[in-house]
Amino acid sequence: MPVATDLLDIQDLTVTFGGGSSRVTALHGVSFDLRKGETLALVGESGSGKSLTALSIMGLLPPEGHVAGGRVMLGSEDLLTQSRRDLVRTRGSRVSMVFQEPMTSLNPVLTVGRQLTEGLEFHRGATRAAAKARALDLLKLVGLTQPERRMRQYPHQLSGGMRQRVMIAMALACEPDLIIADEPTTALDVSIQAQIIDLMLDIKERLGTAILLITHDLGVVAEMADRIAVLYAGHVIEIAESLTLFDTPRHPYTEGLLAAVPRLDVLVAGTTARVRLAELPGSVPSPADRTNGCPFTPRCPIATARCAAEMPPMTPLDAAHSVACWERAP
Amino acid sequence: MSAGTPRPALILDGLRKEFPHRRSLFGKAEAPVRAVDDVSFFVQPGETLGLVGESGCGKSTLARLIMRMMAPTSGSVLVDGQRVDTLLPSEVLAYRRKVQMIFQDPYASLNPRIRAGDLIAEPLLIHGLAKGAARAARVRELADQVGLAASSLTRFPHEFSGGQRQRIAIARALAVSPRIVVADEPVSALDVSVRAQVLNLMADLQAERGLSYLFISHDIGTVAYLSQRVAVMYLGAIVEIGPARDVLRRPRHPYTRLLLEAVPVAHPRLKSRRREVLRGEVPSAANIRDACRFAPRCPMATERCHIEVPQPRTLDGDRLVACHFAEDTPDLPKGLAA
Ligand SMILES: Nc1ncnc2c1ncn2[C@@H]1O[C@H](COP(=O)(O)OP(=O)(O)OP(=O)(O)O)[C@@H](O)[C@H]1O
Ligand SMILES: Nc1ncnc2c1ncn2[C@@H]1O[C@H](COP(=O)(O)OP(=O)(O)OP(=O)(O)O)[C@@H](O)[C@H]1O
Ligand code: SF4
Ligand SMILES: [Mg+2]
Ligand SMILES: [Mg+2]
Repeated sequence: MPVATDLLDIQDLTVTFGGGSSRVTALHGVSFDLRKGETLALVGESGSGKSLTALSIMGLLPPEGHVAGGRVMLGSEDLLTQSRRDLVRTRGSRVSMVFQEPMTSLNPVLTVGRQLTEGLEFHRGATRAAAKARALDLLKLVGLTQPERRMRQYPHQLSGGMRQRVMIAMALACEPDLIIADEPTTALDVSIQAQIIDLMLDIKERLGTAILLITHDLGVVAEMADRIAVLYAGHVIEIAESLTLFDTPRHPYTEGLLAAVPRLDVLVAGTTARVRLAELPGSVPSPADRTNGCPFTPRCPIATARCAAEMPPMTPLDAAHSVACWERAP
Repeated sequence: MSAGTPRPALILDGLRKEFPHRRSLFGKAEAPVRAVDDVSFFVQPGETLGLVGESGCGKSTLARLIMRMMAPTSGSVLVDGQRVDTLLPSEVLAYRRKVQMIFQDPYASLNPRIRAGDLIAEPLLIHGLAKGAARAARVRELADQVGLAASSLTRFPHEFSGGQRQRIAIARALAVSPRIVVADEPVSALDVSVRAQVLNLMADLQAERGLSYLFISHDIGTVAYLSQRVAVMYLGAIVEIGPARDVLRRPRHPYTRLLLEAVPVAHPRLKSRRREVLRGEVPSAANIRDACRFAPRCPMATERCHIEVPQPRTLDGDRLVACHFAEDTPDLPKGLAA
């Protein structure tokens, strides 16, 4: 039974591709929850299943993908069993998504203004004039200069940073409870990334919107997240509050990942010669090479025979910190 | 340079590259893009110079000019004191032995139909460096140095992970025993957990062989890790260059400072609402004359900045900064400045 403040509660989400002998499992029983107004970061390397998790919530899995089990509860509704029609409504009004490459999700033949007003008219039944006024407000809210002019422009006439602001404006149009942002700044320069991070922090503060932030960039995570869920090869392997995860990670993968990133502040502060970066040997396994054991076993410095044979369950270390590791949470 | 310092391995002297204007969407003729605009610096033997800057500032164009993949509009590149733009065709092969490049995308830079061992042998063949059994032995030696198993040498590029492919690319670059390696975003396409492997490898190889690196990246943390000195590029020009730790700890060009403030610091304890954000976006590299190229975005700009190009000036002994008011640049906020 989810606590009252839970907004989203994902339990045991399992997603597979293909069938028969070529069937691969891409998400293995992913579970986490997200509270109202909270920013949860889903971090993991390429192919770990971050986007699939987001697409499952949105009901946008590619046709080859199949939800083989689990629940995605938004309040008291299971999005996985919702009718097509209800899903369209949920998608427009309660949950919205911001993608890495705004060009793929903006309609190239519609003006910015039209894309914004369309959603408002459709989901909110707003009149043209009301929708237009609201669209202008939204463009101002996301900090676009010359909003009237932007309304008349087409996506290709905007820079990458401006397009991402338009995407965020669209995501905010119907005042959703939750925004899923899949690598919202990965395609942007650091200076533009900083602007977008500030914008999202500001929106969260002013509107209380919860954010599911998907990224592989630990810096962006450190700036934005309240809590962090670490994904490895389709498994959530650690969840903790942001500070806890950075200060006292318990999963050997999380530890290794944090140690492998050169930290600008530490490098600059240091007075001695360069210290070697900690290395994680090997690379992420592909879904086809999956065994029954912990997927991190081949790269893990503390693995035992049990790790290779059996997947450790997520085990709470305390109320806010869980880890899936036989050695760290037996 | 004082007496006793070695001759730089690589010198860029007033290097420029203009790309002819393209007609804009609305048919307006535009001035040429000055992708690289009067760049001068040197890299010492055994040194890493990191080059940072945002997308489109001209980093890759600079790399291509050094590699002789395109001709400069003016200025020159000198390797071991020898101008490379006036090399005779007969000298080009020898030049390529001295200077090698590693690209961002290990997928695109390796021929998918050639086995790893043959990919590493290829430069040896081209330069006639080893034959028969000696060549095979050298390939195994190179593979070993970059951490590739000898048993994997019969595999094709797609059978390797991204990090392993980058190792193949590094082995190829090292095969001819170059003195200088130009690495253009060599780890940007790699998974975070694999980057450290490649960065450590590059550091080890440098220590063993005294290589010089020009290490190009938009990731300042990575650059800070590998570089002894850094150069910061903005719209085709180097706006600040100096010892890595000093520049990153106490930037003197307002652009460097704002860029550093924009970098998310990988620890939540240090997170802070930024005091100052770099406003606007990088303008196109076309129309900057008689002004500081950073003036339109600079929080410190005065009238002078809009009418006079700031020439690079020496500060703190070994730093060059192209800003009229470099002395006035505020320090980084606490936490970042450490
Ligand atoms: N259409 C598909 N067919 C088969 N497998 C797929 C398909 N889409 C995704 N996968 C598999 O699912 C896994 C998770 O993919 P996902 O896109 O969620 O990764 P991600 O964590 O978002 O990675 P990235 O950081 O690269 O975006 C991958 O291993 C991928 O191979
Ligand atoms: N062949 C070309 N023809 C015309 N313009 C070019 C050409 N190559 C580069 N440019 C322009 O020169 C400028 C510098 O490009 P360059 O690729 O060197 O930037 P970069 O710093 O490497 O960027 P990134 O970080 O995105 O790789 C850009 O404005 C680019 O559009
Ligand atoms: S010269 Fe002027 S505009 Fe340019 S960086 Fe310095 S203060 Fe800013
Ligand atoms: Mg993804
Ligand atoms: Mg480039």
